Amino acid sequence: MTPYRPTRRALVLTGAAAAAAVTTGGGLVTPARAAGVAPTPSMRGGANNYLPGAPIVERIGGGGFWMSGTVRRAGDGAPLEGVRIQIWAHTTEGHERDPHSHGATLTRADGAFRLEMPQIIPAFGQAHGHLAYDDPAFETVFLRPVMSSPNDTSLSADFVLKPA
Amino acid sequence: MPLRPFLIWLALVVAIVGPLAIAASSPLLAWRQPVYIIGGFAGVCGLAMLLLQPLLASGRLPGLTLPVSRRIHRFLGALLVAVVIVHVAGLWVTSPPDVIDALTFASPTPFSAWGVIAMWTIFLTGLIAALRRRLRLSPRQWQWIHMALAVVIVVSTIVHALLIDGTMGTLSKAMLCALVAGSALWVMIDMKRRRSGKRRSR
Repeated sequence: MTPYRPTRRALVLTGAAAAAAVTTGGGLVTPARAAGVAPTPSMRGGANNYLPGAPIVERIGGGGFWMSGTVRRAGDGAPLEGVRIQIWAHTTEGHERDPHSHGATLTRADGAFRLEMPQIIPAFGQAHGHLAYDDPAFETVFLRPVMSSPNDTSLSADFVLKPA
Repeated sequence: MPLRPFLIWLALVVAIVGPLAIAASSPLLAWRQPVYIIGGFAGVCGLAMLLLQPLLASGRLPGLTLPVSRRIHRFLGALLVAVVIVHVAGLWVTSPPDVIDALTFASPTPFSAWGVIAMWTIFLTGLIAALRRRLRLSPRQWQWIHMALAVVIVVSTIVHALLIDGTMGTLSKAMLCALVAGSALWVMIDMKRRRSGKRRSR
């Protein structure tokens, strides 16, 4: 058997892998121990072109694209029913700033929500959607998930809300 | 026109018109307002101009004397400043909060930070070029400053462009970016070689 003689590259890779394991491992463990399910922080740019008070709709425009996700309570992670989630994006039917590009839906008993909307298309460099929780019961959260491919026909985002 | 110069100019025209034509036929344009289309196109034009700028600065393009070549270079430089302003203004009108995020480096999208770096470096280059005499910069000093700024402009513009999912075709965009980087690198090496050649012959 040949003795193990690490090259410089192997050493660097091992070191990087070890460092990555330590950081990700630590990141996963700490918040769980500290406060149960941690609240979702707002994403950068999440509130861009937000128009408060989007109406609850069956579907935004002609549909064809699905926005979905879940809403849970911070701490115990219990699903939240009847929570209003507002959704908007640049789609084949309008810009983010157009009121008709905005709509809202309510979560079901299992905390899940699902709203059909027109196909999202790339704008400002990447195809992305916007979601907001902005009602009194919990702290406001704005999300801005990015599609992995502009050809995707669905996108999802999950909320963990902290009581206000 | 002899064959070689003809082929060089033809290659340049194809390298620039090709990506522009592909961007002009993008399906995304159907879902964009005219201001957004103009803003996006100004960006594509700015990228294409970066291919010409180093070549014009070198004076190596066939059929152009160095003074003529440099005069076009200065004109295109001023035009580039204008094109960047149109680019940012078009995006601003389309979505002000996204542009404010970009300008304050608070955007969730890394490409916009690179674009803002390129923008300020282009503005700074234009400013120094305009004040070059008043600042009493020697040609040698100016050349060094300009080259350093040009490296930042080329690198940040290419990263900015490659990270964007926009109207440009993926392949034609990558090819144009490779040509922009290649021409800048070639001209810098060429200038260095010429300078050291001059020194040796002295």
